[in-house]
Amino acid sequence: MSLSPEARKVLTEPLIGNNPITLQILGICSALAVTSSMKTALLMAVGLTTVTAFSNAFISAVRNHTPGSIRIIVQMTIIASLVIVVDQLMKAYAFSTAKQLSVFVGLIITNCIVMGRAEAYAMQNPPGISFLDGIGNGLGYSIILVGVAFVRELFGAGSLFGYELLTLTKHGGWYTPNSLLLLPPSAFFLIGLLIWIIRTKYPAQQEVHDFKIHEKHGLGNR
Amino acid sequence: MEALLSLFVKSVFIENMALTFFLGMCTFIAISKKIETAVGLGIAVVIVQAITMPANNLILNVFLKENVLLEGVDLRFLGLISYIAIIAAIVQVLEMAMDKFVPSLYQALGIYLPLITVNCAILGGTLFMVERDYTFTESVVYGFGSGFSWMLAIVVLAGVRERLKYSDVPAGLQGLGIIFITVGLMSLGFMSFSGIQL
Repeated sequence: MSLSPEARKVLTEPLIGNNPITLQILGICSALAVTSSMKTALLMAVGLTTVTAFSNAFISAVRNHTPGSIRIIVQMTIIASLVIVVDQLMKAYAFSTAKQLSVFVGLIITNCIVMGRAEAYAMQNPPGISFLDGIGNGLGYSIILVGVAFVRELFGAGSLFGYELLTLTKHGGWYTPNSLLLLPPSAFFLIGLLIWIIRTKYPAQQEVHDFKIHEKHGLGNR
Repeated sequence: MEALLSLFVKSVFIENMALTFFLGMCTFIAISKKIETAVGLGIAVVIVQAITMPANNLILNVFLKENVLLEGVDLRFLGLISYIAIIAAIVQVLEMAMDKFVPSLYQALGIYLPLITVNCAILGGTLFMVERDYTFTESVVYGFGSGFSWMLAIVVLAGVRERLKYSDVPAGLQGLGIIFITVGLMSLGFMSFSGIQL
């Protein structure tokens, strides 16, 4: 299947160039909370990508019939219904993992990525391309989520998807897990470092300093 | 009484909405540049949280739970959509009421009120309330406590960020990156409360 250049741009741009988490600061809450293991992160990523893609498509389909003043309520209703469907499906087919995700599946409703893309993209574009935009942004979110979860589970518990890869000392192996990585704060550090890496590679994404520090005070070359 | 007090302390310090559950992060990071605006937004969150939590508790207990509305009918799957509708409606009503009766506070909170609808700390609090099956009184205390915990966190972060403006941060880390690391350190600090048994 060959995609038009427009479609390809919409699909690939949010992956790193315009990533929802590291550049647009959207949908951070769940990105931090569900990344302590690969399983939960992957399920969450799939859930969010589905909701974003379909909500974009539906909202875009009714965009010409929605009066501006009530559009937020219309969007909320569509998103909430989709999240209920996803929530019920997860409970039916992946009950134990869905239980670990606890409130965060429901919180996809207030995840800013979904609302943000609906408002910024789906309201101006036809359904097909909006669907792709939803998938693209969902994937951008998934990359960060799965990446962070990979580091946290591998080095925090020595396993991936629950299978032990680095044999732990308590099981007679060599690896002493760094349990800090399983604690909430480590997610902040990892995403902070990730942003640092991405922005060093793409200097265009860097934020401008509010103040210029005077060279004379010897704080090095800026 | 003692149980309620410990629930309050627990919701403010041990289970801090922003720093332990990472709820309401988008606004938490976007609107914490200045202490004044952080306090305004914090107050708005406390008010909305303290009103919506008991309201949603009533909705759950009067309409949605199994067998309460009609014998043999379980409407809990409609939970999400009704909670978010209640939250949106209450925020809207609160906005109009404030405009009418306390215009000065309305002016001060202004743009932050509508934003609260999509703050996940509000919906998250409600979902925790549902998951833990709190009674009406407990939901009032938990609503107030969790709102207050979010306010505490955003005011502290705003204080740190006001100082951070003057420091020399590596170019790639400037802005979002350093905020994440700051919040991580704050969260690590708050973890010290987790040893408290109540």
